[in-house]
Order: sequence, then C-alpha cells, then structure tokens
Amino acid sequence: MAEAPILEVKNLRVEFPTRRGTLVAVDDISFSIAPGEVLGVVGESGAGKSMTGAAVIGLIEPPGRIAGGSISLAGRRIDDLPYEEMRKVRGREIGAIFQDPLTSLNPLYTIGRQITETILTHLPVSPAEAQQRAIGLLREVGIPAAEKRIDHYPHQFSGGMRQRVVIALALAANPKLIIADEPTTALDVSIQAQIIALIKKLCCEHGAAVMLVTHDMGVIAETADRVAVMYAGRIAEIGPVRDVIKAARHPYTDGLMASIPKVGRTDARLAQIDGAMPRLNAIPRGCAFNPRCTKAFDRCRAERPEPMRVGNSDVACWLYDAGQGGTR
Amino acid sequence: MIAFVVQRLLQSVLVMLAVAFISFALFRYIGDPVLIMLGQDFTREQYEMLVRDLGLDQPFYVQFAKFVVSAVQGEFGISYRLARPVAQLIAERLPATLELSMMAALLALTIGVPMGVYTGLRRDSWLSRFFLTISLVGVSLPTFLIGILLILVFAVQLGVLPSFGRGDVVKFGSWSTGFLTTSGLKALVLPAVTLCLFQLTLIMRLVRSEMLEVLRTDYIKFARARGLQNRAVNFGHALKNTLVPVITITGLQIGGIIAFAIVTETVFQWPGMGLLFIQSVNNADVPVMAAYLLLVGFFFVVINLVVDLLYYVVDPRLRIDRGAASGH
Ligand SMILES: Nc1ncnc2c1ncn2[C@@H]1O[C@H](COP(=O)(O)OP(=O)(O)OP(=O)(O)O)[C@@H](O)[C@H]1O
Ligand code: SF4
Ligand SMILES: [Mg+2]
Repeated sequence: MAEAPILEVKNLRVEFPTRRGTLVAVDDISFSIAPGEVLGVVGESGAGKSMTGAAVIGLIEPPGRIAGGSISLAGRRIDDLPYEEMRKVRGREIGAIFQDPLTSLNPLYTIGRQITETILTHLPVSPAEAQQRAIGLLREVGIPAAEKRIDHYPHQFSGGMRQRVVIALALAANPKLIIADEPTTALDVSIQAQIIALIKKLCCEHGAAVMLVTHDMGVIAETADRVAVMYAGRIAEIGPVRDVIKAARHPYTDGLMASIPKVGRTDARLAQIDGAMPRLNAIPRGCAFNPRCTKAFDRCRAERPEPMRVGNSDVACWLYDAGQGGTR
Repeated sequence: MIAFVVQRLLQSVLVMLAVAFISFALFRYIGDPVLIMLGQDFTREQYEMLVRDLGLDQPFYVQFAKFVVSAVQGEFGISYRLARPVAQLIAERLPATLELSMMAALLALTIGVPMGVYTGLRRDSWLSRFFLTISLVGVSLPTFLIGILLILVFAVQLGVLPSFGRGDVVKFGSWSTGFLTTSGLKALVLPAVTLCLFQLTLIMRLVRSEMLEVLRTDYIKFARARGLQNRAVNFGHALKNTLVPVITITGLQIGGIIAFAIVTETVFQWPGMGLLFIQSVNNADVPVMAAYLLLVGFFFVVINLVVDLLYYVVDPRLRIDRGAASGH
C-alpha cells in the first residue's frame, strides 16, 4: 500500500485470565486499513471479530486485556494510552456503530441531546452550532423533518431509523475510522441493504475508513475493499475482496465461500465444512483449522502457519509455504 | 397526562376506601365500644340508648358511610383512654412524627444514594466492600436494638446526646417544630439515625445493583464508545436510568419509615403518633388505632401518587405522545 495506513494492528493478542488458565480470544493478528478503505471482517461466531474491534477502540471489558502487540492510529500508538487520552480518541477519531440500535441509545434522552453531547465533548463549538450540526447530520443519514425529529426520544423511532441515528452519532465528530460491528444483524431484512449503503456512502463522503464486521458475504462482496477472514482468534486470510471471494486460497475461506448459495449456480449441493470451530480452551496444536481441513498434512498438526503473501493476499496456511504463488 | 392523573386519583380513592373499611371493621368489631364507654355499672336502657345514639343499631353500610363521611371531615371520635377528640390528639402528635420521618428519609436518601453509586462504580475497592459489609449489619439488626445501642454509647457512655424526648419545641400555630432549638436538633439525632439505618442500607444496595445492571447495557457501552467523559456516562446516563426503580422503592420506604417510626418512637419516647399508637394498643383505644391506620394508609397512597407522577417526569416512554412515532 502506498498510502500510510489509518489503522495498523500488529501482533495483537487479547487474553481472558480465567481460573482454568488463560483464554486467548485474539491470537497474534496483524492487519491494516488504508484511509477511506472498507475492511470487511468475517468469521464464525466466537472467532474474535468483536473482540478485535473492542481492542481497537480500547473498550475490552476486564478481566479481558490486550496482552501483546500494538495498535496505531494514523501513525500514533493508541493501545497503551492512559484512559483519559484514549477517551478523547473514541468518538473523535474512531467512531463506533453497534449491533442493536434498539439498545444503543439512552431511552431517557432525546436523540438531539445525545448527538449534541457527543459533538460538544469533542469539538470546540457552541451549543447552538452543535444543534445545527446535529440537524445536518440527521438530514445526512436520511431522517425526514430533522428539525422536528431532533427533539424526539429513541422510542419514537423505528429500528432502522434508530440505526440511522446511531450512524449520525458515530459520525458526529468526523472520525477517521468507523468500527461497525454487525450493524444490520438486528434489523429487518428489508432495510439491511439501505443501512449498509448509507454507511458506505457517508463514510466515503466523510473520508472515514470502515472496519465492517458481518456474517453476510453478500454485504462484503458489495461493500468492502478488502476482507479479513477470522478463525479461532486468528486471521486465516486477508486480501482484496475480489481475490478472496473468487479465488479463496485458505481452505477455510474456500469452505466459507462454497457454503454461500450463488446466484445463477444450479447445483443444489452446498459444500459444508464439517465440524465446528474449536472452543478457546481447546484450540488444536499447529493450524487451528487442521481437524476440519480436508487438505491437512503432517506439518499442519505440528506447526502454526504464519501469514504468507500469496498474490495480493496474506494467507496463514502451510499449503502456500514452499512455492510462492500457491500449489493449488 | 390529565387522564393519567385522574386514573391514578380514582385508584387512590379506591385504596383509601379499602383502608377505611378495615379501619371501620376494627372500630366496630373489636370489643364492644358501648361496653367500654359505659364502664362497670349500667342498665339495659342506658345501654340501648347509647347504641342508638352512636348509631350502632343501623345497618352496617349506613354506619360505614357515616364513618367515611366523618373521617373525611377529620372526625374520628373520642379517645377511650384520654377522653379527648382523636383528631386533636393526632394533630398534636403529627409534627413530631413527620419531622422525625422526613429527617430519616432525607438522611437515607442523601447518604444511601451516593454510597450506592460509589459501590456500584468502584465495585472492587476496599471502601465498597466495607460499605457492603456494614450494610449487612444495617439490614439484619432490629431497629430497637440499634436504638438501644446508640443510646448506650451516645447518651449513657459519652453523654453527648439526649436519650429521650424531643427537646424544646417552637410553636407555629398548631405545628410544633424541634428544628429551631439546639436541644430540639440534638434530640432528633439519635432517633433519626436509628430510623434511617434500615432504609439507608436498602437504598444503597438497591442503587448499587441498579447501577451494576445499567452499566452493563449497550447504551452505556455506546456512550463510552462515543468518548463521553466518565462523569457524563456515570451520572448523566447511568444514574438517571437507575432512578425509576429507586424512586419506587424510596417512595415505599418513606411510607415504611412513617410506619416503622412506632418502634423508634417507643425506644426514644418520642412524642409522636407511633408512641400514641402503641399506648392505644395497650389500652384497646380503638378510635385512635383506627384513625392511625387510616392516616398511615393515607400517607402511603399520597406517596404512591407522587411516585407515579415522578415516573412520568423521569421516563419519556410513559408520556403519551404516540403521534410522533413513525415507521422506517
Ligand atoms: N468475558 C469473557 N471471558 C472469556 N472469554 C470471552 C469473554 N468474552 C468473550 N470471550 C470469548 O472471546 C471470543 C471472541 O469473541 P467475539 O465476541 O470477538 O466473537 P465474534 O467473532 O464477534 O462472534 P459473533 O459473531 O458471535 O459476534 C469468543 O470465543 C468468546 O467466547
Ligand atoms: S495449514 Fe494445513 S490444516 Fe491449516 S488450512 Fe492449511 S492445509 Fe489446512
Ligand atoms: Mg461479535
């Protein structure tokens, strides 16, 4: 990448100390996001997607903690900032969109108050200017009659409208990076596409990069520039969307892609990956995927594969070790 | 809003009628008031005349209606024991009880809420643990024991505070207050502390558990993700959301304080309604008992009404304002 990345995560490790030893929820992952880029993050439930997002925004709940690696935002290290410094980064430089708009907003305050409070926390503007800006944001996210609606309470909005308000809140102080953790999972199917399109459009207009966590490969295909596939706390494969979707290299990604019904494909048989992702306290030695991998060989059971460059992607699989460019 | 108030008022009237009925039944059917009034020697004619005079020969619903009508006018009959109008007796004792109860409620709130917030926010600090431990003592020791212990330490051993009575009072019309003299204030300390302890610990534990609950919600996490200052998150967003349950319980507790005052007033010989009530029970002074019951019932109803109205102020979801809600 020519441009300096807005977000650079190196060897990040997130641990949960428990009575029966330490659980590693995110295990030595590295990735970066370029300014304005949309990085999709996919993976089964429990793969560590949300935990990665929480680590970036500095809100991992104790006893969980970042046990290693570094996170840099626009070249500045943020994972070791004191609480108050990191607070100023949250909302101002990194915005967040949560999964469930019905519970993301405080029911006791008007949406206007919640937006202006965010603006006033981060930007040197007067309350009147903040109010104007809030109305502008509500218009941008497509809330009709914004001047009037700004004085309404969250319960007076539908789920889709509330998620628009949440998006306005995430953008309130013009952050450079938005972390959207399954922003449409809780919404009605009929409006999911609208909301995703809105996030993409607004982040593009505001010049914000996006880390978009989702289960929906269709959304990734349409929205993301690059995609990271997570498995058991590790990144199995990361690369440009086109490459990963059309020519998945990691056997796990391959299985994921094959399990998505494709338009125009007539064969009814969907490939399924046998078995389930291991629990955090039972991750196998070597490649975490080896018990489920049809291509596993001896080395996979002994040594853990580090990400290897294959084309424009990084793939953590021993199949790509010797011959650059792949043996497939 | 008006419909809501009217509905609540009607409910209150119904509750008061139920209380009045119990109170009336007590009045009418515990012992024979005629026998009590006539004393040892009387003729059959005297007995029947008094029955007629008192209206006790009339059907029960007529008697109940009369009872209610006179109760509304503040007429509760004549005390058997003191041969004075009950209304007068109560009016003399009311200020003492109300001052004591209000002082105790004030203490319970102004100390209990901050302690609850503190123990909720600083879950693991030693001070929180200390508060929680002593609060166990507060809920488990009976009021009279705490009162006696306090008397032992502060009145008997140290001799700094009086152990009984109200001290000097100043009269304002029919109201007598102990707030304006040093001896009055001193006399208030021990009973007020004794009376508030139970409520204080209850409020503290309630606020704490509500805080813990609210701090786990998405909107609090989202408020942090927006980079709001801790103060704004903890007090602006979290504390306000704990208010509804806290108002409920506190309301009930204030009623409870007035009722509990019986014990405290007895221990400290506080010249209030509670003491009057205990003396009446000992002497089967039914009119006083009935009036006391009605009055305490009335306080509960009024407090409940205030609590309901406060909900309305705190929680916008209860305000009927459906016109503004709309679809996606
Ligand atoms: N408090 C905790 N203690 C121990 N382990 C935890 C705790 N919180 C989360 N985890 C573990 O961390 C792992 C990563 O969780 P994470 O929420 O990041 O998954 P995810 O990929 O976002 O899944 P989903 O798609 O379900 O949201 C999970 O395996 C989970 O069990
Ligand atoms: S490293 Fe081995 S087990 Fe792991 S995905 Fe590659 S081939 Fe399969
Ligand atoms: Mg998640």
